[in-house]
Amino acid sequence: MALAAPPARRRALPRLLKDAAAAALVVLALAIPFVGFRAVEVNAALSIRTRFGAVAVAVAVAFFGRLAIGALSGLRARPAVESRWPTLERRHLAVLAGLGVAFALLLPFLPFASSYVIGIATNVVIYVMLGWGLNVVVGLAGLLDLGYVAFYAVGAYSFAILAQRFHISFWEGLPIGGILAATFGLILGFPVLRLRGDYLAIVTLGFGEIVHIVLQNWVPLTNGPAGIGNIPPPTLFGLSFTRTAPPGQSTVFQFFHIEFSPLLRLIFVYYIILALALITNLFTLRLRKLPIGRAWEALREDEVACRALGINPTTVKLSAFAIGAMLGGFAGTFFAARQNFVSPESFTFTESATILAIVVLGGAGSQLGVVLAAIVLVTLPELGRQFAGVPVIGALGELRTLLFGAAMVGIMIWRPRGLLSRREPSLRLGSGRGGAA
Amino acid sequence: MAYFVQQLINGLTLGAIYGLIAIGYTMVYGIIGMINFAHGEIYMIGAFVALITFLVLGALGIGFVPLALLLMLLSAMVFTAVYGWTVERVAYRPLRHSFRLAPLISAIGMSIFLQNYVQLTQGARVKALPPVVTGGFTLMETGGFAVQVSYLQVFIMLLTTVLMIAFSLVIAATPLGRAQRACEQDMTMAALLGIDVDRTISLTFVMGAALAAVAGTMVVLYYGVIDFFIGFLAGIKAFTAAVLGGIGSLPGAMLGGLLIGLIEAFWSGYFSAEYKDVSVFVILVLVLVFRPTGLLGRPDVEKV
Repeated sequence: MALAAPPARRRALPRLLKDAAAAALVVLALAIPFVGFRAVEVNAALSIRTRFGAVAVAVAVAFFGRLAIGALSGLRARPAVESRWPTLERRHLAVLAGLGVAFALLLPFLPFASSYVIGIATNVVIYVMLGWGLNVVVGLAGLLDLGYVAFYAVGAYSFAILAQRFHISFWEGLPIGGILAATFGLILGFPVLRLRGDYLAIVTLGFGEIVHIVLQNWVPLTNGPAGIGNIPPPTLFGLSFTRTAPPGQSTVFQFFHIEFSPLLRLIFVYYIILALALITNLFTLRLRKLPIGRAWEALREDEVACRALGINPTTVKLSAFAIGAMLGGFAGTFFAARQNFVSPESFTFTESATILAIVVLGGAGSQLGVVLAAIVLVTLPELGRQFAGVPVIGALGELRTLLFGAAMVGIMIWRPRGLLSRREPSLRLGSGRGGAA
Repeated sequence: MAYFVQQLINGLTLGAIYGLIAIGYTMVYGIIGMINFAHGEIYMIGAFVALITFLVLGALGIGFVPLALLLMLLSAMVFTAVYGWTVERVAYRPLRHSFRLAPLISAIGMSIFLQNYVQLTQGARVKALPPVVTGGFTLMETGGFAVQVSYLQVFIMLLTTVLMIAFSLVIAATPLGRAQRACEQDMTMAALLGIDVDRTISLTFVMGAALAAVAGTMVVLYYGVIDFFIGFLAGIKAFTAAVLGGIGSLPGAMLGGLLIGLIEAFWSGYFSAEYKDVSVFVILVLVLVFRPTGLLGRPDVEKV
């Protein structure tokens, strides 16, 4: 009978208990100041409320959670992390992507497509576009850009200001916004792209903040925190989607002799951003196969080797940076035209972090992953709003930023290449697939 | 002249606070070569623990100011150190052999998480505390402008000086400090010679968090207003201070902190308060581009 329980197993229980007690102790110390007490304002003075019940719950969860994890990992050998996740084949991905595009195209005609749904879908596609733009910089070239929102802001504000001063239309503003954002990318990138990866991240963060502060304080140009309103919405070959057209122009509804419907305008706007996003996608997929795209991916993997092979890292990085910036600028111009209003509030670091979270969670370099992450990220707060009282779903929306922070850490630990991506080179020698372009 | 001296004193106070935070950045960078992006949040947590301790002491009826200050500092340091330790254990240790940017992305995730955690548990509204340490004296008076030095400013500068000296002694003369310097030079070799590298790194985070907690306590006392977002800007400024002084160098971090504090005070005193944060970012960019080793740092050799 002595053989029934191997000595290792017998010694395991006290060790497990010790581990669990340690975890519980740490959680106790973490929870006491923040969960146990809450500083609340009563009659304009701070006082303290206690919530020791919540602390007890947290400690209990930590203790038994650690115990359960310890017991489970002791029972069976730890499986290799790689094999636990199904990895999608390339052709499955293609089918999935095709279905996704078809769904996006048909969305406005589906029965549940209300103005609310189309509004959310538009938001999702804006973030998809931003994610794909940032993916060029982070996923392909491996440059961590924490100030991507600066280029988004440049696009939005350049169109807003030009529309206000010179009455340009959306279709004139779009290329200008993209070019200006790319120029900003070049101006910023030229001095800083020689820096090491993590320094670059901090400098781009600083740049994003500078742009935000300037937008807030340069009142004569940007109207400060009040923002710029009355930005013209996109038109269809000069036909507007309003109820009454400005003098000398006509509306779509008059032109085609149909009844006025605000939904049609939303659908039109949705298709514009969808088209922009799909063009972005085709553009980046093509770029990845061109020499410049291959140079980006090579640089991401090993900068020293690239330099030895005669690639100029600064120029290559600069091109990635500028193209990413340009895509951000396009998205920004669209954002301004769609909201009809821009203010510095939309361009904070939180926004940059959100876009980065989309790219990281989706898997740096994976186009489909970005779409999935954007859908989750945009719809979670909507769920929170719709199900405000419902326990689990409502809480998910409220906790979404918290969860995204935690997910970024978790992804880095368990799936550093993202949920979908396997970080393969876009092209490889020898294998038939992909081939040499 | 008097105005200048006043800005100098304000700047030095601010700089002491930045310097204490900057030490956390510089130590972690020195040892494991990563930017601990969540360090600003650790400082914010320190400020909140100090505030909550003060309120608890008030509820318990402890009103003797020196005792209250001491308890606030101690409790902030202890609880914040646990947060520092946990952050390292959860978010950075598993990534020690991952690709280069992984710890930084994880740190950003941690920073977002901690901000939202404090926002959820303590509410999003700004917390305002009545002044705890009051009073001061007039240092000099010229042309109708009196230079005021508050006791709190004296306390902050004295405490920072004492901590800096104690801290330098720890690094220079204790087994832990020796282990830290060894890990900084060569982690594998240090491990081969019997140094517990994981423990040393953990203790580095604990020390950095404790110093950030002191800075947080000072900010609660000095400004009296905090919210869950203060860690972001303070973190960037302290990082700038660490870079300016030369990342990896402890005296550099303190020097950089003082310089950043002075620049900020003089900039808002003589130019415009709106753009004072821009001045810090511009310095950060200029230093990184033209002198990445900072004022006191050593050149960094790129290893393959």
